[in-house]
Amino acid sequence: MMNKKHIKRSYDPASQKMIKKAEAEDIKIVWDRYDAMQPQCGFGELGICCKICNMGPCRIDPFGEGPQEGVCGATKDTIAARNLARMIAAGTAAHSDHGRDVANTLIMAAKGESHDYALKSTDKLKKVAGVYGIDTSGKSVEKIGEELGEKCLAEFGQQRGNLRFISLAPKKRQQLWEKIGITPRSIDREVVELMHRTNMGVDNDYKNIIKQGMRTSLADGWGGSMIATELQDILLGAPEPVRATVNLGVLKEDQVNIVVHGHEPTLSDVVREAAKDLELLALAKKYGANGINLAGMCCTANEILMRHGIPSAGNFLQQELAILTGAVELMMVDVQCIMPALSNIANCFHTKLVTTSPKCKFPGVEHIEFKEEKALEIAKNIIRLGVENYKNRAKKKIDIPKEVKGLIAGFTTENAFRFLGGKYRSTYRPLNDAIISGRLRGAAGVVGCNNPNIRQDWAHVSMVKELIKNDVLVVQTGCSAIACAKEGLLTPESAFEFAGPGLREVCEAVGIPPVLHVGSCVDNSRILIILSEMVKEGGLGEDLSDLPVAGAAPEWMSEKAVAIGFYVVASGVFTVFGTPHPVLGSENLTKYITHELGDIVGGKFAFEADPIKAAHMMIRHIDLKRKALKLGPMMHQKKIH
Amino acid sequence: MKIKVKKPDVKIYCDITKCVGCHSCEIACAVEHSKSKNIFSAVKEKPFPKKRVKAEHINGKIISLHCQHCEDAPCVKACMSGALSKDEKTKGTLLDKDKCVGCWMCVMTCPFGAIVRDIENHVAVKCDLCPDRDDYACVVACPTGALFAGTKEEFEKKIKGRKK
Repeated sequence: MMNKKHIKRSYDPASQKMIKKAEAEDIKIVWDRYDAMQPQCGFGELGICCKICNMGPCRIDPFGEGPQEGVCGATKDTIAARNLARMIAAGTAAHSDHGRDVANTLIMAAKGESHDYALKSTDKLKKVAGVYGIDTSGKSVEKIGEELGEKCLAEFGQQRGNLRFISLAPKKRQQLWEKIGITPRSIDREVVELMHRTNMGVDNDYKNIIKQGMRTSLADGWGGSMIATELQDILLGAPEPVRATVNLGVLKEDQVNIVVHGHEPTLSDVVREAAKDLELLALAKKYGANGINLAGMCCTANEILMRHGIPSAGNFLQQELAILTGAVELMMVDVQCIMPALSNIANCFHTKLVTTSPKCKFPGVEHIEFKEEKALEIAKNIIRLGVENYKNRAKKKIDIPKEVKGLIAGFTTENAFRFLGGKYRSTYRPLNDAIISGRLRGAAGVVGCNNPNIRQDWAHVSMVKELIKNDVLVVQTGCSAIACAKEGLLTPESAFEFAGPGLREVCEAVGIPPVLHVGSCVDNSRILIILSEMVKEGGLGEDLSDLPVAGAAPEWMSEKAVAIGFYVVASGVFTVFGTPHPVLGSENLTKYITHELGDIVGGKFAFEADPIKAAHMMIRHIDLKRKALKLGPMMHQKKIH
Repeated sequence: MKIKVKKPDVKIYCDITKCVGCHSCEIACAVEHSKSKNIFSAVKEKPFPKKRVKAEHINGKIISLHCQHCEDAPCVKACMSGALSKDEKTKGTLLDKDKCVGCWMCVMTCPFGAIVRDIENHVAVKCDLCPDRDDYACVVACPTGALFAGTKEEFEKKIKGRKK
């Protein structure tokens, strides 16, 4: 069975069908390109190729016979550390630039410069304004919004002081960052400093490079990403638990299918409004369609899924497959994780690809630039293109997999764990008590991408099932959340089938799924606040590193995942990545980030491609933390050896 | 065709424990067989210079695969125009592109897939053991020392003597 190509490539039956279709029609997709790329260069994989200056490119011989230092004298430790650090810088830049745009939109909405947005969550606005020390008394919502937006925006280029959101971390954590010298001071500054330090002939000490790498990553998690999350909640509404559907089967045969793909929800949120426009619906009818069906892809999907219950057509490796259904009239993309291959795949079908961000264009692809001032008008124009494209459908080419699963999304820092306490005593107390009493072993965040180097979704699903079986409550974001949603794990009912007895009791009592969808990849910042709230609630130590929790990115591919991994580790959490970071060419650096960091920041990395073994590493770590906290034995289960 | 006579019985071997799949051998081969023999000019030549070696993934192992200059070469037997022959002195398998008619029988019979089609010129191309130089471009370019030019005995000796 497993030697069949489509089954080897993906765990998801909907994906398998489309992979088969691609093969039958001789359309090359991501897995074919991956195969054609084999073998991949070992120097790159090991992180010991340096092309930072023009004396190079230099490569260190991993077998010790050839050169052991670059032309400048950089060792494999320096080279691997610089390369890894630049991945952190790029990942931080991506999340944070997203945050910057959201801050700008918030200001425009508050000033009335963009009529298509309003400040939807005043609760959240007041809460975040409090963190930023804004005096809200007697001020209008718009005034507070404007001041907050400006303060957030200023943090990108701030020259003095530290980021404000770090004040949400436990005191002990803040003091530790201060002591080591990794408190993030500004967002852009940390990225710039990291690029400077990794320039030719600056920072040559791999430990010192990684130190600035951690500081930069913290400017992402506790800065750029957190600004993106919090301001989006204010601007677009704080998510509440919502039922929705997921997988390619959400595409409809008799409707105009519009897929929004990328990361920034400012446009997709308005597209959702535009899809309800009566004139456009009438136009769709004129062309013979029974409506306009909006579906998401990647993290843009997560954003409108958790706020509005818009279905998700799938995760990262399904972007080409959605077009392969032949039923997508238009795919509009904003930024990040958008494969350049999409334009070629779209050319094989009637699908129209439209880019919308000035930061992300494709040669030969129609570009309709998104402007906040005219958001709704632009959104309508884009949808009109899709509706008009309905007539170009080749009926024979349409092949939509039936697979659809239900899920509940929309859990946040504010609502998720309060549910455990019920409506009237909404605190984190019941969550902490469940862990202290041994009903729950602990919690884990399983996040990250898809990667053709591992069977699509298989690692996410296997790991999460193993964790919940062992009474570990799981929170998820991004493509990982979509992977498990497709398996049906994000429903309350899945607790009966997959959760251990303790976790099942909790899920039954409160009616939550054993696996909680907390949003998109910038929303990993929610997990940081959830953990801080757990510490604040008491009984589980004084620092994030005391908590019986662990993180994982079993199918990672993006530089953003490296930035996330580092801010989670630098916040004190043990984190397992599936395939290793490109560092194995340097024994010292590998040892540093997988062992020594534990003594410095409390968190460290592990690399384990087998998702079950990785889950067991996480469980063992959680058990160690339980022991250190002198918590009682597990109510129902034994420890994993 | 000018062929520099090198040491006899030499071919290119790959130590599969050291090949990391960086494709440096492929690039060096293409450059060596370009008009300019310079990478920056070679990438602009039309038709592109052809490489005659390939870094491949076989059963989880990476190998840089070259013409094995077989003693009883199937390609020589299959060649209908007499373009392929065995050199009596060096025991190398040689291809005279002026005689090649592009029937691709050699491509089909080669058990190693080591013969490549040059579609634009309609001739077969294969490892010619770098007649224009004293050493071998791929071996020189190999950054891990996985590639080795020598006789079978010399390679065996090297493999036995390598660090465990």
